[in-house]
Amino acid sequence: MRRSAAPLLLLLLTATLLALPQILPRFHTYVAAIVLLTALLATSLNLAIGYTGLYQFGHAVFYGVGAYGTALMLTRSGMPAPIAFLVGPLAAAALSLVMGVICIRLSKLYFGMLQISLGSLVWAVVYRWYSFTGGDDGIHGIPIPDAIASPKGSYYYTLIVTALCVFAMYRIVRSPFGKAIQGIRDNPVRAAAIGVDVKLHQLASLVIAGFFGGVAGSLFVVVENSVFPDMMFWTFSLEVLIMCLLGGMYTFFGPFVGASVIVLLRVFASIHTRYWSLILGTILTLVIIFLPDGVLGMFVRRPRPKESTGA
Amino acid sequence: MLRVESVVKSFGGFKAVDGANLHVNAGEIVAVIGPNGAGKTTLFHLLTGHLSPDSGRILFKGKEIGGLSPHVVCRRGITRSFQVANIFPRLSVFENVQIAVLSRERKTFRIFSPAKGMAEEEVHRILRSVGLFDQRDVGSDLLSHGDKKVLEIAVALSGNPELLILDEPTAGMAPEETERCIRLIRKLSGESGLTILFCEHDISLVFEIANRIMVMVRGATVAQGSGEEVRRNSEVRSAYLGESGEC
Ligand SMILES: Nc1ncnc2c1ncn2[C@@H]1O[C@H](COP(=O)(O)OP(=O)(O)O)[C@@H](O)[C@H]1O
Ligand SMILES: [Mg+2]
Repeated sequence: MRRSAAPLLLLLLTATLLALPQILPRFHTYVAAIVLLTALLATSLNLAIGYTGLYQFGHAVFYGVGAYGTALMLTRSGMPAPIAFLVGPLAAAALSLVMGVICIRLSKLYFGMLQISLGSLVWAVVYRWYSFTGGDDGIHGIPIPDAIASPKGSYYYTLIVTALCVFAMYRIVRSPFGKAIQGIRDNPVRAAAIGVDVKLHQLASLVIAGFFGGVAGSLFVVVENSVFPDMMFWTFSLEVLIMCLLGGMYTFFGPFVGASVIVLLRVFASIHTRYWSLILGTILTLVIIFLPDGVLGMFVRRPRPKESTGA
Repeated sequence: MLRVESVVKSFGGFKAVDGANLHVNAGEIVAVIGPNGAGKTTLFHLLTGHLSPDSGRILFKGKEIGGLSPHVVCRRGITRSFQVANIFPRLSVFENVQIAVLSRERKTFRIFSPAKGMAEEEVHRILRSVGLFDQRDVGSDLLSHGDKKVLEIAVALSGNPELLILDEPTAGMAPEETERCIRLIRKLSGESGLTILFCEHDISLVFEIANRIMVMVRGATVAQGSGEEVRRNSEVRSAYLGESGEC
């Protein structure tokens, strides 16, 4: 992407996103909202995996906990809705901290495997605890505040929250903290040797990723009016991971692109779930073979060294 | 400044470092020499917290540092380079140095202020002093091998260390790169009075720049002294210098 073209592109994108519900039918507006919140979810995962280099294999759990936290607050607490929308993501961040403390001592793949295990534990609790979480039925007919309950209202709410969160994450990856976690991703030994407390930064990054994953979950409640345990099952974690890989995990907007492609494919190919995993598997294979840096990764140009390297 | 006393480190019964003794005074350049596998790298890992000693003492400015985490050792004033260039490959040359400066300034938990332009003057000054200024925007993994090692020294310098430790700084360098690297080490010691501890197995280089030399064989210190003293030491001749055929 040319630097000079970026503002224009952004303006065009904003205008399109604002106009969508006015031109699209109801169902497509709903799909657009799902694309946005899934893109937020994938971008949040990428903080951990693409920017910090942590094998975050159970990210859907934070999405699910954000959603269930919000849903339970809305249906059972009698607290004002804005508090519910905050409690969900905070619960996700808290869980992320706890799981992070447990998993962070392990390296690489083992971190990911333990995270999947702990995530499955959370999933199992949600799946079984009928009296509290509704078990495998989930929770339906969640009361949403009037202003954002209509399809258009929920779309605009999703658009605004996603935009704010993505902007916040954009700022974060460009901050000193963002540079430090990228350093840790590249070379944790080197990072420690210049005085960076590697585990503390990794943990902070996990909490931030969990929080924004939780926000995506709270948006799902608004758009869908329901939650169900499958949204935190490990297979969905894998699907979000594929979105990052497809779009390019070493670019900021790659996961956004990847999420859009996968969600739209899933909806419009309107394929049976049985075939869906086949399609996902095919996409993953193709990406790994032909697009190791993802779709956006292809456009990244890195300055090369000058020819002569004299002193 | 640094005092190492009877340090031992074994890997499953094999003593990689077996009774190493060493001291480094402020302002000195001290070299550790010894054949491959003598335990030089292991000793340096012990000094910088990448490994914990089994026994013995490592005192830096009078305080025990053995067994501390690497990032804590760095904050106490010791930074280092590694035998195999250890940089942040996906980041630019500028960013490599910038992270080190920001870390020293304890700014790495700032999450919303843009890093762009932060510490720019200092990063540029450091890059100029090591001769990498023109390459500042280059992806660091695209640098030549020699430039990577120099970049790593720049990263280590950015921590404003009191003691700089270099593990085979010229290993794998072309002759003219080696030349340049030696000039850099001399300059650092001369201009800023930096204390430097380094190791090499190429001994001709060592006699050239070190004030003092410690000879390590099979994990133990076998001799210590000025270049002349070490050259004369018979144990060294038989154990190391003779063996390598140099000198
Ligand atoms: N992590 C380790 N596990 C087992 N053996 C090791 C380890 N690190 C080094 N060694 C052994 O310790 C000895 C000293 O290695 P090293 O310190 O790298 O020597 P040098 O740097 O002087 O070439 C070698 O025989 C090496 O095989
Ligand atoms: Mg070595």
